[in-house]
Amino acid sequence: MIRDQDRFRLFGRRAVLLAGGKLMLFSALAARMYYLQVVEAERYKTLADDNRINLRLLAPPRGRILDRNGVEIAANQQNYRLILVSERSPDVKGTLDRISKIIHLDDYDRRRVFKEIRRKRNFGPVTVRENLDWKDVAKIEVNAPDLPGVHIEVGQTRFYPWGEATAHLVGYVGAVSQKELTGDPLLGLPSFRIGKNGVEKIHDESLRGRAGRSEVEVNAVGHVIRELSRKEGQPGDELALTIDMGLQEFAHKRLGDNSASVAVMDIHNGDIMALASAPGFDPNAFNKGVSKDYWRELIGNNRAPLTNKAIAGQYAPGSTFKLIVGLAALEAGVITPAHTTFCKGYVQLGNVRFHCWKKHGHGHLDLIGALQQSCDIYFYDIAKRVGVDRISAMAARFGMGKKLGIDVPGEKPGLMPSRGWKRAVLGKSWQLGETLVAGIGQGFVLSTPLQLAVMTARIANGGRAVVPRVVAALSEVASKDGPDGSPLVGGVESEEPPKLSEFEDIGVSEEFMDVIRQGMFAVSNSPRGTAYRARIKEDKWRLAGKTGTSQVKRISMAEREGDVLKNKQRLWKDRDHALFVAYAPVDAPRFAISVVVEHGGGGSTAAAPIARDIMREALKRSDNKKSKAPKKVAKKAQAD
Amino acid sequence: MLSGFYKQPEMGLGQKLLHINWGLVLILSMIGAIGVAMLYSAGGGSFDPWASRQLVRFGVGIVLMVGLALVDIRIWLRYAYAIYLVALAMLVSVEFFGDIGMGARRWINLGFMNVQPSEVMKIAVIVVLARYFHALPEEAIGKFRYLLWPMFMVLVPAGLVLRQPDLGTAIMLLMVATAMFFMAGVRLWKFGVLFGVVLAIVPVAWQVLKLYQKRRILTFLDPESDPLGAGYHILQSKIALGSGGLFGKGFMQGSQAHLNFLPEKQTDFIFTMLAEEFGLTGGVVLLTLYGFVIVYGFFISLHAQSQFGRLLAIGVTATFFLYVFINIAMVMGLVPVVGVPLPLISYGGTSMMTLLVGFGILIGVNVHRDVIIGRSGQTDSL
Repeated sequence: MIRDQDRFRLFGRRAVLLAGGKLMLFSALAARMYYLQVVEAERYKTLADDNRINLRLLAPPRGRILDRNGVEIAANQQNYRLILVSERSPDVKGTLDRISKIIHLDDYDRRRVFKEIRRKRNFGPVTVRENLDWKDVAKIEVNAPDLPGVHIEVGQTRFYPWGEATAHLVGYVGAVSQKELTGDPLLGLPSFRIGKNGVEKIHDESLRGRAGRSEVEVNAVGHVIRELSRKEGQPGDELALTIDMGLQEFAHKRLGDNSASVAVMDIHNGDIMALASAPGFDPNAFNKGVSKDYWRELIGNNRAPLTNKAIAGQYAPGSTFKLIVGLAALEAGVITPAHTTFCKGYVQLGNVRFHCWKKHGHGHLDLIGALQQSCDIYFYDIAKRVGVDRISAMAARFGMGKKLGIDVPGEKPGLMPSRGWKRAVLGKSWQLGETLVAGIGQGFVLSTPLQLAVMTARIANGGRAVVPRVVAALSEVASKDGPDGSPLVGGVESEEPPKLSEFEDIGVSEEFMDVIRQGMFAVSNSPRGTAYRARIKEDKWRLAGKTGTSQVKRISMAEREGDVLKNKQRLWKDRDHALFVAYAPVDAPRFAISVVVEHGGGGSTAAAPIARDIMREALKRSDNKKSKAPKKVAKKAQAD
Repeated sequence: MLSGFYKQPEMGLGQKLLHINWGLVLILSMIGAIGVAMLYSAGGGSFDPWASRQLVRFGVGIVLMVGLALVDIRIWLRYAYAIYLVALAMLVSVEFFGDIGMGARRWINLGFMNVQPSEVMKIAVIVVLARYFHALPEEAIGKFRYLLWPMFMVLVPAGLVLRQPDLGTAIMLLMVATAMFFMAGVRLWKFGVLFGVVLAIVPVAWQVLKLYQKRRILTFLDPESDPLGAGYHILQSKIALGSGGLFGKGFMQGSQAHLNFLPEKQTDFIFTMLAEEFGLTGGVVLLTLYGFVIVYGFFISLHAQSQFGRLLAIGVTATFFLYVFINIAMVMGLVPVVGVPLPLISYGGTSMMTLLVGFGILIGVNVHRDVIIGRSGQTDSL
């Protein structure tokens, strides 16, 4: 027992040591707790909130684009997306199998889903399908209990109810590319689209709007638990175009299968009423990312469906240029309106022979007659007298040879050659023969359909330098803090269009302009005029025009010797371009038009009838404007 | 110590019940209740799936504990080696027949229940060491050769457990044994030597560790080095703790826990959740309750008349202390993550059973504190 008592004493001492050690360790725990929870508490609170709170950007609705009457040209459509959150779906393959029994799901979709899940390492949502229709949405919702981790999300997609008819003018939107990132966080949103072409591109920043913000609480796998706060963004501005959608649609249809373009313009204020290019493409296909097949089809088409020919097509103006040559000669005083020339079918310059389109000649012609029958010999003659520099200067005053600054990307300047230009650019001196060729709008001379329409408008309006415009107004849309974030659409604030008197006077004598206009009238209204068969018969709408046929391929001497091949006998790409410019009505002009049909053959047969029909439609619609403009909103709802 | 000369009267059941430390039972029940409440919160404000089952287990465990408290400690003494051998046999058999769970071979299926032999061994080692040192003459303690056998009895199971692999349990076995060696009176300088040896074999042991074990240790040393990988758990745990502040975010308001940033919030990291929701205050209150339990353990130990009882009590107390310390230090980033649950609070039946059986023995020591036991184990009355 004595021993045991010793042992007990030792035990007691050791127990004190052990207990002391434990106390120290517990104190260390308490100290650590104090350090973490009091000293460092603020830092960890911030970190916990960083964990918990996710700041999300709310994409603002893109501003709509309307025509001059408020018809929707570009709108936003509800887009129902099927989303799969893989971490909440234990068996992704099984879930997809079940989905494919309910709605259509092709192999491509399935592969993409698996690829994306692998890439995201099972975190975050994956889009299974986009653009579901109502029926599919309902089917998915009904079967929701069998589809773990699957839900429907609503987003907005750009939609162009008129499709091809407005494709070139309005353009389209697409996903933001790496080099388009500017640091605006909005552009980083995966579903965000920006304007890639057309008005959508030029006015992208106004249409875009400003992002809203939503603070959401998320869990460790990024699933949103609840929204903490929300600030709606500013919807994009609404854009009103000068386009008359009805006319645009008509023009698009009238161009049909041709590789052609048309520009219709109000001669008083420059409003572009229609600007169409054919063939077109489906802008809606570009929103989601265009399919490889469709892209190949577009690129492979030799009629260049992606080019907006109305502003980017540069053509030799052909005989339409004779209006300018005539004015230049009159103003220079080298001829009077009564000046006549004898046409025997060709003219000799040195040892080169310049031919008239009419092999056996027109005989005696004055200026009006020469315009009416488009005699080449007459204009060789006066071009030689006036010189290329004065022709180019006159053309420039009518808007040719440089960009007009329309709000559509891709505009080309055309070309008005001069002695100085040739020396500077080609390093060669100007040849007289080249002046002759320029006199009939061939050779170096190039212009766009839009420039031709502007030229015609300036002739029709008495020499005022109207400038084309496609955007009538940009108006802010009231932001609305609604839970669904739908914008409150304000009316279009129509700005006053510019007045004719506000435009610069070109300074060409009205007397000379009138002679040219008489010539144009004769083209379309006298039986011997080149476009007589494509005249407007209604007196109130009569048009005055000028045909043009621009050679694509030089006619060889061999061909001259025999018979010049008819256009139809030639390969499509070798055929002449057909041009026609006009204004109407002749008594009180309102609209100017230009039509270019690539490789269409003769201006009188290929271009003039199209121009006539579109002009007639423009006048008809303008006369009916008091009665309600047709609104084609119903089409939007049906579209995919 | 006159009583030793007389035959000890058998204690009646009523007398035994009277000697049960009801205060300790109350504190343990309070801790258990806190555990159920935290599991209710971890379940997102639901008794399902954890809180209700934990409550049942705890109820069963407490009854078992009281039952064991009534068992005469001389029974433990008599069967100490048998218990140890059975535990050892189970540990060996788990090596061959054990079920694999969470990448480790730890469980053995007895048909009606799954048993973790390493948990049984935690108790068995305490009992067998208490038995050995109880019988060892005082002089022998000082002689190294008498320490070889108990060291062997500890190192063998510790090695087996490490092979499973279960680093946490192996460390606990070794540390509890160390505490008992210490309390048995082994010379202090020998611990110094042991410490030196441990330092020497660390580089060797490093080679033996599994990759995940190495990574845990590396992560512990620098958790921010890999915030989304191996360091994620401990970093999120510290964020949860720290953001709890002085008074916490409120019951069921812990964003880290409820938004699943906190891993294994119902098991190993439940203390983090408690500290996030109740702050420093809640953490200190729980630590104090644990402290009371340990004080009780020392109290019982110091009041036992037999060396066997004293060592039993100190062994159980040390085990309990280690659970608490390792778990809390682990979630606060003070020691590497080794997978030790928080006693009586973490979800899971195994550690709770071990602990409540341990407490049953501990209280049994108190109930039978006056029983005199001879060195040979042959007592006067039995």
